[in-house]
Amino acid sequence: MTRASADRWEDGAAIQTVELTRRFGSFVAVERVSLRVRRGEVFGLLGPNGAGKTTLIRMLCGLLSPSAGSAFVAGLDVARAGEAVRRRIGYMSQRFSLYPDLTVEENLTFYGGVYGIRGKPLRTRLEEVLAELALGPFRESLARDLPLGYKQRLALGCAMLHEPPILFLDEPTSGVDPRARRSFWDLIHRKAEAGTTLLVTTHYMEEAEYCHRIAIMDSGKVIALGSPTRLKEEHGCESIQQVFLKLLRGDGGSTWQTPRSPSGESGVLGS
Amino acid sequence: MSPRALNSLFLHRPGTLQASLRRIRALAQKELYHILRDFRTLAIVILMPIVQLVMFGYALNLEIQRVDLGVLDYARTPLSRQLISCFEGSRLFRVFSMDGSAEEADRLFRLRRLQAVLVIPPRFGEEVERRGFSTVQLLVDASDPNAGTLIRDYSRRVVAGLASEKTGSQPLLDFRPTILFNPDLKSAYFFVPGIIALVLVMISALLTSITVAREREMGTLEALLATPVRPHEIVVGKVLPYAALALVDAVFVLAVGVLLYRVPLRGDPLLLLLLTAIYLATGLNLGLILSTVARTQQVAMIMAMVTTLLPTLLLSGLIFPIASMPGWLQALSYLVPARYYLLIVRGILLKGSAWAHLVQPSLVLLGMSLLLLAVSARRFRTTLEV
Repeated sequence: MTRASADRWEDGAAIQTVELTRRFGSFVAVERVSLRVRRGEVFGLLGPNGAGKTTLIRMLCGLLSPSAGSAFVAGLDVARAGEAVRRRIGYMSQRFSLYPDLTVEENLTFYGGVYGIRGKPLRTRLEEVLAELALGPFRESLARDLPLGYKQRLALGCAMLHEPPILFLDEPTSGVDPRARRSFWDLIHRKAEAGTTLLVTTHYMEEAEYCHRIAIMDSGKVIALGSPTRLKEEHGCESIQQVFLKLLRGDGGSTWQTPRSPSGESGVLGS
Repeated sequence: MSPRALNSLFLHRPGTLQASLRRIRALAQKELYHILRDFRTLAIVILMPIVQLVMFGYALNLEIQRVDLGVLDYARTPLSRQLISCFEGSRLFRVFSMDGSAEEADRLFRLRRLQAVLVIPPRFGEEVERRGFSTVQLLVDASDPNAGTLIRDYSRRVVAGLASEKTGSQPLLDFRPTILFNPDLKSAYFFVPGIIALVLVMISALLTSITVAREREMGTLEALLATPVRPHEIVVGKVLPYAALALVDAVFVLAVGVLLYRVPLRGDPLLLLLLTAIYLATGLNLGLILSTVARTQQVAMIMAMVTTLLPTLLLSGLIFPIASMPGWLQALSYLVPARYYLLIVRGILLKGSAWAHLVQPSLVLLGMSLLLLAVSARRFRTTLEV
């Protein structure tokens, strides 16, 4: 990366999409989505299953090529500079993609190696990440033996070991108990305060409140965009959940699944 | 952004060969952990080829250990008894007297309790005295044609032995087969190299076929592809540790062939190992391609078995000589790597062939494995979408 492109990144948005579209056959998974995520922002992507959140993230990471439109990440065109983009991002997929037969430390070391970090810088960074995510006591444990909440932390650790300025977290809190989710969001905010841009998808509606701004997606389209406070004011609602319901069904829901709460709490949407 | 983050972004040059080698090393090391941690797979990988070689080695044995021979002696002369004792004296035959009952001989022959029946006619002795030769009848069960031929040829030798004893230098039958290269007619010499070829291509294709499918199942492949790793680096990083493992297998299998089946090793062992490595590469790379096609580990394994077992068994010349195949099958056999490896392994083991004799099959194998490697690297990124 040259100095000039670095400047462009300093000036521009962390993530920007222009009419980004992805079709699978006749099915349109993402339809003309235009977003702009500022640096240091925690940006939430909300919507039911099949709304196109994951497809959108995968296009931003260069895992999927768009059918139309363009995407810029860290000031770079994803379609043209895929590899340069992949060096500047961390991606945590829905499934906490860890190697179950490797220990916490080995998982982290592997991702370090993949990003070309090794030797002393790797050891230093490893200790930092272990401390930051409170994974120290588990460093010798196999990933498969970790409690879910710690698997989630390890997956985040693997995605951020190389200190990417932009992190994509796809449903990072899915299935994790409320307390672990809460502390995970604390981690997200600490990263944001340190200057990292985070794009987070979730179907837990109350988590929208943790985001600086959110985009609500349905059937591949962004149907609302703004800060949680503003969206609530605009629609005269008390919670994001009410905004959802109002936006999506007028008064009687159709596309949304009945809210389900596996852990006994309210505000879980879809699953 | 912290100064160090800037460092890792701007000072680290990811395009260099050195960076690429680092990533390959990280991938290979991770793969090695998978191999060493997965005890079950490791045991299968080490034991399966040896067990297969031992099993196939016995199952595909075409040698005849013992032939039960019924004797109907209607002559009952010293000469006829001498003929019978010649059969008794041979390693191959176990002789049962039928006490002149043709019905009993017929019954046992049909039950396959007897593989051959020798009928000595009543005038046997006097005819030899009078005319200098006579006729005996040998009934051979040729439902296994190979065994039938062997019994016939061996009996001729026994009879010829009697003849020369009886008439001095003038044999009654002038039939002296000479067998070259494999004078003991050991089928092990023929089959063990073939089984080595079969086992090695199966295990190497199996090894790599499941690795990518496993990452796909675990979801780690997606995470990996969101990193700067390039497709060919994944391919090389995955092949390297399995290549080492497959080579260990190759040494085991060759050792079993030489030590257990007493197959001679007349050529250069190092040359054999080097060319075996090239052959293994074709299997490993084929497995990788299958891995990019298959969605699950099970499917990948089945595909690896089907694409290696049958073509190698049927089309490589392992059992059926290529020369006796119909033309289109012969053409197809050129696509089977084992066809070339068989020339190499049989050549080095049995004939002591040197590099000069093996240049052509070796280069074909090398070309094949490079082609397969290129295809798997190409297929990698393109098939991983969706």
